[in-house]
Amino acid sequence: MATKQTLDIDYTKYNFRDADTSYEYKFDKGLTREVVEHISRIKKEPDWMLQFRLRSYEHFLKRPLPTWGGNLNTLKFDDMLYYASSTEKKSRSWDDVPAYIKETFDKLGIPEAEKKFLGGVGAQYESEVVYHSLREDLAKKGIIFTDTDTALREYPELFKKHFGTVVPPEDNKFAALNSAVWSGGSFIYVPEGVTVDVPLQAYFRINIQNMGQFERTLIIADKNSRLHYIEGCTAPIYSTDSLHSAVVEIIAKPGAHVRYTTIQNWSNDVYNLVTKRAYAYANATVEWVDGNLGSKLTMKYPSIYLLGQGAKGEILSVAFAGKGQHQDAGGKVVHLAPYTTSRITSKSVSKDGGRTTYRGLLHVAKGAKGVKSSVRCDALLLDEYSRTDTYPYNEINEDDATTSHEATVGKIGEDQLFYLMSRGLSEQDALSMIVMGFMEPFTKELPMEYAIELNRLIQLEMAGSVG
Amino acid sequence: MPTTLEIKDLHVSIESKQILKGVNLKVAQGEIHAVMGPNGSGKSTLANTLMGHPKYKVDSGDILVNGESIVGLPPDQRAKKGLFLAFQYPLEISGVPLAQFLRSAYRSVKGEGQQKTETKGVGGEMISALAFKKKLEEKLKEVDLDPSFTKRYLNEGFSGGEKKRAEILQMAILQPAIAIMDETDSGLDIDAIRKVAEVVSHMAGPEMGVLIITHYQRILDYIKPQFVHIMVDGRIFQSGGPELARVLEEKGYEWTEHQAAPTAN
Repeated sequence: MATKQTLDIDYTKYNFRDADTSYEYKFDKGLTREVVEHISRIKKEPDWMLQFRLRSYEHFLKRPLPTWGGNLNTLKFDDMLYYASSTEKKSRSWDDVPAYIKETFDKLGIPEAEKKFLGGVGAQYESEVVYHSLREDLAKKGIIFTDTDTALREYPELFKKHFGTVVPPEDNKFAALNSAVWSGGSFIYVPEGVTVDVPLQAYFRINIQNMGQFERTLIIADKNSRLHYIEGCTAPIYSTDSLHSAVVEIIAKPGAHVRYTTIQNWSNDVYNLVTKRAYAYANATVEWVDGNLGSKLTMKYPSIYLLGQGAKGEILSVAFAGKGQHQDAGGKVVHLAPYTTSRITSKSVSKDGGRTTYRGLLHVAKGAKGVKSSVRCDALLLDEYSRTDTYPYNEINEDDATTSHEATVGKIGEDQLFYLMSRGLSEQDALSMIVMGFMEPFTKELPMEYAIELNRLIQLEMAGSVG
Repeated sequence: MPTTLEIKDLHVSIESKQILKGVNLKVAQGEIHAVMGPNGSGKSTLANTLMGHPKYKVDSGDILVNGESIVGLPPDQRAKKGLFLAFQYPLEISGVPLAQFLRSAYRSVKGEGQQKTETKGVGGEMISALAFKKKLEEKLKEVDLDPSFTKRYLNEGFSGGEKKRAEILQMAILQPAIAIMDETDSGLDIDAIRKVAEVVSHMAGPEMGVLIITHYQRILDYIKPQFVHIMVDGRIFQSGGPELARVLEEKGYEWTEHQAAPTAN
């Protein structure tokens, strides 16, 4: 990164206004206190946020890496960039994007403009028009849908009241890191009794700046409101950043219903370490629909804390691990109130030596009477090189809790394959069909366009033509 | 030119155990053949080998469709050549709706050449989706399966009778040149047998040849074969016309043990 001296810049080259370039700072690799301070200064944040970041940074330094989960030993914190201005990002070249990514774009039929954006190249995804008209409709109902940086500026009280209350920086090392250097992400507020008719998608308001390594999303669903939020897309996202560490906080007030759908397909050299947690109050429902297809290593356990009587939590997780990939996923449900229910369903597929791990926690606190919970994890191994593991943890402190746990591990039977092939399907098509059938409980919860894309992506994965 | 299926001196083993010891048989489009035999005679082995199940090994002999050997071909290629096998124990495939499966199978069998999965759309729509839907509804009625079956996952939770009827439904949609039925009647009550047999006998004719493999004579009352073959101990013991089935019914399979084996066809 060249240091920019104000006097040397030819401003006529930059015919745009950008909050970032108003203060020029050279961002070196590595994380220091100064880097954190400058991020806050560039964003012009209030002092409390600066203090929050600094406190988080101190904790990040102190906290050791987890000894469980995937292999984090090759993560080089000193070798990473923790902030990049939009100018810097705009200067990346299409030529640097790996061929397999470009091929997948073609195969999935991604339009030109999107390709550049997903490739980490190009200024902005031209969804601005769509986004603006949507915002007007939402604004009429009092719904706030914006990026987290803007929300801090424009809705300071609402923001401060809830930010960091669900995932404190001290939760884990990567939550601390995100809390120190977060940038971008979505902020959504749905007023009491309001239903958001269309699924809100991160895609609408994304631009290079906001789709970053350290996204921070905060969703507040007021009483009896309804929201479906979708993050990610099936097309692979190419990133030169080796670490993506996001934090998502959801607050579902009494009677609210929030569904958060993620399809993650980061390129195969990315570490995707995410903390997602929701608080569900009395009679509220939170559903995590979590699809993990990409990245080199994902560690992600969407959680729901059931804090009021009648609250419901559901986690539906799908993981697909191909060559060189480790998907360490699952979910956590913590029952802290009586007559709460939860369900965790996990489906994982491993092929070509890929590894999937289900890690789940079911906690029923003393006093949480009448709890009903079920966990089901199914794994499919497509060959003898691939691997799957299951680590369920149950901490049940009430006798009357009804809990069930079912787990299956299977491979594709020769007879099933023969049956499908005898109907004219090639071996590849037959395998794809069986895998898609296996993932169907997940796919049927997706909006149709996503389900179609996901199925196409699975077919490509099975054909071995991706990555 | 009618499609022909010729089995020449076929020897098949599984895990080193010899099951078929020189089977000779010829079936053509337009003909109805029955292969009857006691348990263990190799009937299912024959059916599965014809369709190319990988666990059966052809030790010697040949299987020819229209004069060309298919022994090296995988099951999907054999389906594209016009063969169909109605399974004795149809497999359950979770998460795959019946209608979706049928549409994929139809496209695969009717499609020209290689199945293309890399392109956005599947090439060569044989009939429109709407026409397919109508055809499916029609055939469902014929095999007496409720329309709701289209959304149900393939064979999952189907009763024995429903599974067998679903096999015949697939046959009706894919319209093979030669259909092999592997003990379709086993596990079915007499009414179900009649219904299934009626559908098949309507399809049987110049457009479709049938090879019915069965232990019992009952189904042959409804699908009347021109040729009956008795299979014993991995070989065709005797071939004849429909009256041979009557002989078997009267005398039982023990009769074959007392006879000197006639010269193979």
